[in-house]
Amino acid sequence: MVRSGTLSRSIRAVAAFREFTLILVLVVFSIIMTIASPFFLTWPNIEAILLALSVEATIAVGMVILLVSGGLDLSVGSTLAFTGVVAGLVVSTGVPAPISILIGLLAALGVGLVNGLLVAKMKINPFITTLGMMTTIRGLLLVLARGRAVLNLPASFTVIGQGRLFSVQCPIYVMLSVVIIGDLLLRNSRFFRQSYYIGGNEKAARLSGINVDLVKIYNYCLVALLAGISGLLLTARFGSASVTVGSGVELRVITATIIGGASLNGGEGSVFGAFLGALFMGVLANALNLLGVDVYWQNLFTGLILIIAVVMDVINERRKSLQK
Amino acid sequence: MEDVLRVETISKSFPGVLAVDNVSLSLRRGEILALVGENGAGKSTLTQVLGGVQKPDQGRIKLEGEVVSFTSAQDAIRAGISMVFQELSLVGGLSVAENIFPNRQPIGRLNNIHWRDLYQETGEFLKRFSLDLDPMKQVKHLSMGQQQILEILKAISTNPKVLILDEPTSSLTEAEIAYLFENMRKLQEQGMSFIYITHKLSEVFQIASRVMVMRDGKYIDCRNVSEATENDLVSMMVGRQITHLYGAVSDKAPQFEYFRVEQLSRRRVFQDITFDLRRGEILGLAGLVGAGRTEVGRAIFGIDPKDTGRVFLNGKEVKISRPVDAINKRIVYLTEDRKGQGLFIGMPVRENLIAASLKKFTNPIGFLNGRKVDQYATQKVEEFSIITPSISKKILNLSGGNQQKCLVAMWVGIRPEVIIFDEPTRGVDVGARAEIYQKIREFAAAGTGIIMISSDLPELIGMCDRILVMHHGRIEGEIHRQDFSEKLILSYAAGLTGHINKHQPTLSVA
Repeated sequence: MVRSGTLSRSIRAVAAFREFTLILVLVVFSIIMTIASPFFLTWPNIEAILLALSVEATIAVGMVILLVSGGLDLSVGSTLAFTGVVAGLVVSTGVPAPISILIGLLAALGVGLVNGLLVAKMKINPFITTLGMMTTIRGLLLVLARGRAVLNLPASFTVIGQGRLFSVQCPIYVMLSVVIIGDLLLRNSRFFRQSYYIGGNEKAARLSGINVDLVKIYNYCLVALLAGISGLLLTARFGSASVTVGSGVELRVITATIIGGASLNGGEGSVFGAFLGALFMGVLANALNLLGVDVYWQNLFTGLILIIAVVMDVINERRKSLQK
Repeated sequence: MEDVLRVETISKSFPGVLAVDNVSLSLRRGEILALVGENGAGKSTLTQVLGGVQKPDQGRIKLEGEVVSFTSAQDAIRAGISMVFQELSLVGGLSVAENIFPNRQPIGRLNNIHWRDLYQETGEFLKRFSLDLDPMKQVKHLSMGQQQILEILKAISTNPKVLILDEPTSSLTEAEIAYLFENMRKLQEQGMSFIYITHKLSEVFQIASRVMVMRDGKYIDCRNVSEATENDLVSMMVGRQITHLYGAVSDKAPQFEYFRVEQLSRRRVFQDITFDLRRGEILGLAGLVGAGRTEVGRAIFGIDPKDTGRVFLNGKEVKISRPVDAINKRIVYLTEDRKGQGLFIGMPVRENLIAASLKKFTNPIGFLNGRKVDQYATQKVEEFSIITPSISKKILNLSGGNQQKCLVAMWVGIRPEVIIFDEPTRGVDVGARAEIYQKIREFAAAGTGIIMISSDLPELIGMCDRILVMHHGRIEGEIHRQDFSEKLILSYAAGLTGHINKHQPTLSVA
């Protein structure tokens, strides 16, 4: 029988162990940092954290949905740079900014479509597919830009990255909107939750009437699109399109989603968790900076956090399995 | 009673094999039809055609008098035929509710799931089956048995007219099986019909009203269960008379004691296990799931640790702390989980057959003698009648029965003194079972003592000279052949004889 108070129990189910732990850790960590450095809890610092985090957090929303469905995309970093370069080149030839942005997004969508078709229809392993695309797209954009950075982008373009609303920069709004909408959808939309069934048991998902191929293609397009959006915002923020930007982004994004509870086997993960994972990595990097720690230590710490998170996960799962 | 389902001359072939050959059947409303046959008989293919997973090459399916044709499993479910497959189709990371209604959650206008409605509907549905499960609990935290029952409930939630169950009880405890049958009978009264595929013939007599036998893709016969005997069914399934499935009982009485286990204990798992084994004796170890039988076998063999206990072979104590200690003394343990823990299923037959006795085939500098290996493997394949196109075929391509024979053949290579055989015929079809029983009798006749752990009571009664029954980690009773009876074994297994603490088996969930 269903007990009363379903709402409070829903909240408890929603605020799953991993997310709750992350929030707790973040709060404790922030308290420690506030004591350790007078700059930590200031608005400029917080804004810097959020701004630095915006690229990875935005892409992480798409990546976690893809991971939940059992997929993987290593090409997001290249797509990010590709979109920025394409839009930058187009706007430099005088095309109005809005249209250039649209063309950039279409280019990103194209990459996602190719990834999706290769994985869903030709059944090529996602790791290999997106690894190949990562290198191919990076090569393509090098050819397009001929090695130079595209400089001096017009204000009509850079406003999307540098513009402020209530003194908060645009990319932060985009990140927050994407995270909130993404989390609501993955949690409550029947269509989006199909990814859980696909990642959990693809054959069974097919037998339940889910159009597995369509959802997979959709997910690859979504993550590529989000990578494109991040690329545009980043390019606009810096005022120039760089060909090297974005390398290593894919691994950081995946790390964030896994810290947030996603599994490489599919069927598990949440957008909110992915955001918390990215937030955690961002706060950690910021803390190390404020404390004057060498930049080289950042990777070490991030890697350690990832391993600890996964080990905790395994221990917790084993404990729960023994309880029944 | 009219026919709810009529299958007319269905055939289905795959490249190289005619899986279903001109099969017809009829199913009445509210009837449970058992479908039996050896591996490869065509049962799964036939039901896959009925369930919309495969399209037939010829033939018709009539559901409630109307001809139907399915292009997908969804079609079949919509029309009223649902299937429960052997492999689970649940998603561990999602809740019970979302598994019962996959992609069918109640939604609002924006495609948003109405969670409260979902959990409420799920709760009411579970209540109908007196199942005290939390609809919000993640499925990966349920036991295997609970998951299998959930799998079945998932199919029932589509309100099928015909429910096809493919070996639904392989991971269930006795209490869970009783629960399943009780609910099947309830649904039967409400008009649901079942096609029930199983290897366990005892279940056929427990739950079905009619039984249909298939062999080599063909329909053999369909009888009322009340008019059939196990021997009849076995003969039809195998195509030859098998009057003595368990082989002739040896007239040579087992000889002297040569193997002894004393005071074997492991906290919370088993206590004071003491017994002896005679040369040529087949000693059965019975008990309910969870009684600790497999754990005792594994402890003797050295896989699991023990707190106290001594093992004696030929009068001398043997110290076993790891499997290699047991193997050196030629005590072997054949696991109940051949695919996961016994065989190397991705490797060929020949590599598997020499796995336990590699030293025999290695020359002094450490290289394997390929020719010797091939010879040995070929010889064993013939000796055990293992059906395989070649010794290079991977184990996973063999049927369950042939895989089991490979497992036995693998360990026979070290010429064991004591064989602990855990569930010798689980998931094995009748033809292979008879062959395995014959092999066991041969080992016994040669003087090897065999400890047979089994949940199959007819098997124990048919094969053993003596049966020990365990209950909650202790040996509750010892039965000699002249006193064998299923009732006696079961009462010891449930702890109902002569002990102060009486335990009733219950369906415990959550």
